[in-house]
Amino acid sequence: MSEKLTYITLKIWRQGGPDQAGQFEHHVIDEISEEASFLEMLDILNEQLIEAGKEAVVFDHDCREGICGTCSLMIDGRAHGPEKGTATCQLHMRKFRSGDTITIEPWRASAFPIIKDLMVDRSPLDRIVEAGGYISAETGGAPDANLIPIPKPVADAAMDAAECIGCGACVAACPNGAANLFTGAKVTHLNLLPQGQAERYQRAEAMVETMDEYFGSCTNHGECEAACPKSISIDVIAVMNADYFKAKFKNRKKLSRT
Amino acid sequence: MSITLDSKIPAGPLADKWDEFKAHEKLVNPANKRKFKIIVVGTGLAGASAAATLAELGYQVDAFTFHDSPRRAHSIAAQGGINAAKNYKGDGDSVYRLFYDTVKGGDFRAREANVHRLAQVSVNIIDQMVAQGVPFAREYGGLLDNRSFGGAQVSRTFYARGQTGQQLLLGAYQQLARQIGMGGVKLYNRMELVDIVTVDGRAAGIVVRDLMTGEISSHSAHAVVLATGGYGNAFFLSTNAMACNVTAAWRAHRKGAAFANPCYTQIHPTCIPQADDFQSKLTLMSESLRNDGRVWVPKNPDDTRAAADIPEDERDYYLERIYPSFGNLAPRDIASRAAKRAVDNGQGVGPLKNGVYLDFADAINRLGQQTVKERYGNLFDMYERITGENPYEVPMRIYPASHYTMGGLWVDYELMTTVPGLYCAGEANFSDHGANRLGASALMQGLSDGYFVLPYTISNYLADWLNKPIPGTDHEAFKVAEQQAADRFRQYMSIGGTRSPDYFHRELGKIIWDYCGMERTEQGLEKALSEIPALHEEFKKDLRVTGTGDSTNQTLEKAGRVDDFFELGMLMCRDALVREESCGGHFRAEHQTEEGEALRNDDDFAHVTAWEWSGDPMAPVEHREQLEYEVVQFQTRSYK
Repeated sequence: MSEKLTYITLKIWRQGGPDQAGQFEHHVIDEISEEASFLEMLDILNEQLIEAGKEAVVFDHDCREGICGTCSLMIDGRAHGPEKGTATCQLHMRKFRSGDTITIEPWRASAFPIIKDLMVDRSPLDRIVEAGGYISAETGGAPDANLIPIPKPVADAAMDAAECIGCGACVAACPNGAANLFTGAKVTHLNLLPQGQAERYQRAEAMVETMDEYFGSCTNHGECEAACPKSISIDVIAVMNADYFKAKFKNRKKLSRT
Repeated sequence: MSITLDSKIPAGPLADKWDEFKAHEKLVNPANKRKFKIIVVGTGLAGASAAATLAELGYQVDAFTFHDSPRRAHSIAAQGGINAAKNYKGDGDSVYRLFYDTVKGGDFRAREANVHRLAQVSVNIIDQMVAQGVPFAREYGGLLDNRSFGGAQVSRTFYARGQTGQQLLLGAYQQLARQIGMGGVKLYNRMELVDIVTVDGRAAGIVVRDLMTGEISSHSAHAVVLATGGYGNAFFLSTNAMACNVTAAWRAHRKGAAFANPCYTQIHPTCIPQADDFQSKLTLMSESLRNDGRVWVPKNPDDTRAAADIPEDERDYYLERIYPSFGNLAPRDIASRAAKRAVDNGQGVGPLKNGVYLDFADAINRLGQQTVKERYGNLFDMYERITGENPYEVPMRIYPASHYTMGGLWVDYELMTTVPGLYCAGEANFSDHGANRLGASALMQGLSDGYFVLPYTISNYLADWLNKPIPGTDHEAFKVAEQQAADRFRQYMSIGGTRSPDYFHRELGKIIWDYCGMERTEQGLEKALSEIPALHEEFKKDLRVTGTGDSTNQTLEKAGRVDDFFELGMLMCRDALVREESCGGHFRAEHQTEEGEALRNDDDFAHVTAWEWSGDPMAPVEHREQLEYEVVQFQTRSYK
């Protein structure tokens, strides 16, 4: 049967609203199974708080399968906690030890204002996609799916970038609060594919410039790659930068000649 | 008010019905489309694709999601794939075969015309998604790859690693984002629907609650589309995301939309077994794993050896034994019940003896670890993160869990509910899967509804409303609905009892799982129908919601959702009680063959049961839509 961890101290950021001052609160979990997920531990804490007549800790979470990108949390100062390539919802208590003190904070980035407690507003990421993170192929009229063969290595590389779950860990981990990994992943996914070529340079330009309106600048620390729950490579930033610079010089009327 | 169920199936031979509809439906000319406002609630596959396409056509669209971003919807968690009758493998697939497999998979309880249309447009979906940049798996020649899935003898499932739902949802989300950026769609995020408003019997709009401020507001439109997903979380433990709920559909039901076949729920055979009582949800392991994994249990219930130490002849590969022609790819309902029988026999494996093995040792020997990793790597990693066991070395342990709901709001051929102007798409409606859904068909249906059906059918309703005034949000009906919603949430805050919403949800889920889960009996359902109302009364007296109503309060949100699950739970059990046959996901122990397979009763139950709200959740009014099969012949579903 499963082992139990005892006496886990949680140091949790509480903040009533975007404009209110926040502070750390301490809570103790007396006993918890190592089979529990990190978020199940917070569920248990919240049950205890409600039982005691106190307000539950607000945190974003949904699928608990590491794919929806809703969960966040800085755990002991690391985005999504200590396990590499793992979102908070897939982190389990077996990665901790009895007696540990765990510090839990919201994503820290000026582009992500706090809504309440551990919940932040990540909608600037949506603004970047709205600026060009798509292929303009309106419904109807698409040619047969096998009309354009895509070499497997290209499709695989596009898929590697497309795995981004949009959680914002890259921004939270970045000392500059940059969103280059997020933006680079989408630019790379679409710009590698033959279907994405028509809008390739326009896309890179629009997305990068929208990103710059909200987020800090990349200085190649690489913290984003280390924090990414999907282990997306910072190579995507190079692809994005290359396309962005080319976009500034390309004569788009002659795109089909290159 | 009494409802009539007019399915509005077009005339003509089955294969021509959709063309027939399109040839004669009413249209709205491009310049007039901008005069119409359409509300789309939910931004999953069905909602995002509908909102984007309607905006492309020129309608004004307001899209609502209770998530922070449209990209979070639970469609994203679908792993295995999406079916389409492309016949790229040349292995004998066709629109007819996909149609037939779906009707048969649904145990002959789906509407023929809808399913045929679904199979027809399935091919357009793949074309559309590739054009949008969905990175489907490809072969070395650059053409699309396919895999096979349960309930089919052809390879027609397109996939993007184990994240097909993610890639398709992101495709639809990107198309939606494009429209948001261009102003075609106005997005309202972190807003939850709390009521539907009708005026003169027609949908006039919705009332929503801002999840950040608690503010209640109204939105009016010419038509409302609900694409709000299924109700599998009624069981508390399910593979659904934590926030999945029935509230939007249930509020529509209370305003006159009939709820169809609520007892048709799908229990997915391959989920990670429950580890302990604190567990908040169950995690699915894609059905695609059954392509290469072999399901078995020890023949001897008392066998305590590690899996690798149990010799071949002491293992029971029960799916291969009982269903030799489909083997490990038997459909979900059948594979689930077989697992339940094995565990009930005491042959379960794992510390709680609550699972069966899904073993990849043979596949790894045959294909090599690298190939297995390429096919299922992310699923194996996920399994290891959750259980701490390495499935390359020891077999996975799996057990069935609530996963999908075939029942939902009743809709006609045009996807309109019994409330004129109120449409329902995707998992939230009941339409295409009958009593059991085949794997890789949910993504197909969501996108079919959103991209290729609703954008056509909605004009047939809207055309009559051109240049006619619609009720605005200052209409009294909106004011009344806003007041009722505000009162309801104030009430949850003021009960001041001792138990959290999660406590009640967990208790409710246990009742529904025990009596309305994989196996149902008259006695058990009667018991559930006495226990659920009693627990609901306790909820109303003993609920405790802490915090306040005017800032983010997830406890309060949960209370509203659990309240609606109670009333739905009563309807699920009622529906299961009156359906005195076994079919698909609905297995009544009283109705089984000598071998323990589902025993249908086509003479008395070849109908859809659609329930009308009467004001009393324990006394709904039953209506029936007889299912007419013109092409398919009833037969006993056999996968042996």
